[in-house]
Amino acid sequence: MSSDLRLDVTESDGDGRGALTPILHRVVSRHQETADVTILALEPLSGPRLEVRPGQFNMLTAFGVGEVAISVSSAPRDPGPIQHSVRDVGQVTHALCRSRVGDLIGVRGPFGTDWRVSLDDVNSPILSGGDVVVMAGGIGLAPLRGAVHELVARAREGGGRVFVLIGAREPAQIVFNEDLAAWERDGARVLVSVDRGSPQWRGRVGLVTTLLADAGFDASSAAALICGPEIMMRFSARALVDMGVDPHRILVSLERNMQCGLGWCGHCQLGPFILCRDGPVVPYAGVVSHLLSERER
Amino acid sequence: MVETTDNSAVLALRPGDVVVLSRDGLDALISALREADYDVTGPTVRNAAIVLGPVSSTSDLPVGYRDEQSAGRYRVVKEDDERCFQWAVGPGSWKGEFFPSKQEQWRAVRSGETYTFVEPRFESPSLAIFGARPCEVAAIGVLDKVLSQGTYGDARYVSRRRDLFVVVAECGAPASTCFCTSMGTGPGASDGFDLSLSEISDAGGHRFVVRVGSERGGAILSTVARERASSEDLVARERLLEDAETTMSRRMPSGIAAVLAHSQESPRWSEIAERCLSCANCTLVCPTCFCSDVHDVTDLSGAVIRERTWSSCFDLEHSYLHGGSVRASGGSRYRQWMTHKLSTWWDQFDASGCVGCGRCIAWCPVGIDITEEAALFEQDAQLPEPEASAR
Repeated sequence: MSSDLRLDVTESDGDGRGALTPILHRVVSRHQETADVTILALEPLSGPRLEVRPGQFNMLTAFGVGEVAISVSSAPRDPGPIQHSVRDVGQVTHALCRSRVGDLIGVRGPFGTDWRVSLDDVNSPILSGGDVVVMAGGIGLAPLRGAVHELVARAREGGGRVFVLIGAREPAQIVFNEDLAAWERDGARVLVSVDRGSPQWRGRVGLVTTLLADAGFDASSAAALICGPEIMMRFSARALVDMGVDPHRILVSLERNMQCGLGWCGHCQLGPFILCRDGPVVPYAGVVSHLLSERER
Repeated sequence: MVETTDNSAVLALRPGDVVVLSRDGLDALISALREADYDVTGPTVRNAAIVLGPVSSTSDLPVGYRDEQSAGRYRVVKEDDERCFQWAVGPGSWKGEFFPSKQEQWRAVRSGETYTFVEPRFESPSLAIFGARPCEVAAIGVLDKVLSQGTYGDARYVSRRRDLFVVVAECGAPASTCFCTSMGTGPGASDGFDLSLSEISDAGGHRFVVRVGSERGGAILSTVARERASSEDLVARERLLEDAETTMSRRMPSGIAAVLAHSQESPRWSEIAERCLSCANCTLVCPTCFCSDVHDVTDLSGAVIRERTWSSCFDLEHSYLHGGSVRASGGSRYRQWMTHKLSTWWDQFDASGCVGCGRCIAWCPVGIDITEEAALFEQDAQLPEPEASAR
């Protein structure tokens, strides 16, 4: 019956900031971060740069291949173009990772909730004083990178101390090594652990949760941001709560298949959440602590 | 209330007014809607099923047809009967009118070094849905919350939906699969319509009791030959709805939302999965299921076309996440569907995702009955929890 619809078309210049139609961006630089992670810096062909809060994501189109949800890994404080750190895990991410400087990529967004570290976030559970613990598993550091930048800068201005605990499968998969060094220089405590070492590895070996005991934060006043595989977030959040961290001050970033970013397509449901709308960043307290321990298979 | 029997209405009918139309009067109403430039769509018989299509007169309606529905079964039967609405619901729901099963979102045409986006614009004629059941009107209200009342409105949905003229046909012939009374969506219509029809066939003859639900409904009806509704007509309508309610044997347990919220680890999901074929029929016939896939295709000119098509949570790809599906088992997918429909829909949209139309029961090839499964979950929930009492 849709054939009854008289379908007129209107031409747009491609910069129409519609929710459905991507804004054309050009790849202005690309950096091979690890064997399978590529960092793409994107500038809009025209118009202003997108304003993104740390933790939010964009829908990136590789023309002719498809569209995927990718978190933004640059910080609002960064002077340069917005960055996405893309892990090559499927058709679209493969095409994005293979894109060259000068290529066009479609961007829609930003969508979703954020890490609550923005200056204007007056009711933030994260910025209400005390230490902030950031825990990341693998590429889970990408959506956290902007938040850590923000927190480290605020710590220098007198905000709470920042603890960055990183877990990776192996040393070669640790992302943002330069940032880790810079954050440490700027006063953050940065600890890294890998599941499997290498002959050159002099650091710790073990799950990210094993870093908690030596980190030295004040659990009773701490807030936490966690992003990584679900099992990592489950054990990390539980360990933090066991140490005395208030579960209402723990935020996690959840991930599901996303095809629209607009709350229409239904793919990103997780229990009561439509994650593109209600997430990806959600408080751990309450329903999320149950969701993370329920079997969904 | 002034009644006239000619076409020159002195005073327009007002919301709350009730009149009676003959079948000729109903034909005149359809003509009046068409003359007012409405695209009149309603039930019609095609391929041995009652489906939706253009309606230009009452002879397009399923006159004399009734439907036989039970778990896994749907048949239409032609009888010597003058009634137009002596059936429950067919497989096609109205969602396809606003939310087509396949639609183009945009087309990116190469122009030199860059792309030009061409977006479809929607200028459809105003739609009049003629003979929608109260449960189906409720379903449109549910879809509205998803596709037009969130942060983003679906332009196509909104354009087709905005000026919708609703002629509801109150239900006098529920199928055995129906359970609208327990969902509070029928068999009578309380709101959400411009005009509401109740078809009566008794000693007083074949006629339609018509209630006015809106100003424009009254305006259109004022142009049609009609009679004052007598007290017998009003009683006949009441009886029609009472009979419909009493024949409806299926019901949804009222506390099902909370029951399912606490049944996520139940072994019953894998038991259902032994019967469920994951065929997605239930989601396709459901008047509120809204999931869609978005995918890009290319043509030989190098243009990229982004399409959106209906999808289903029973599809393995629905929950695909780098490397595998989150809901890999049939049980987890049935759990998602049923829990969403009856429980988490409340969290997401402050409404039930089920309106009690019974389509998913009739069109399930193996006859899985959502009301029967819900009752079993409710029963389980009433049993004392051994773990809880041990603590």
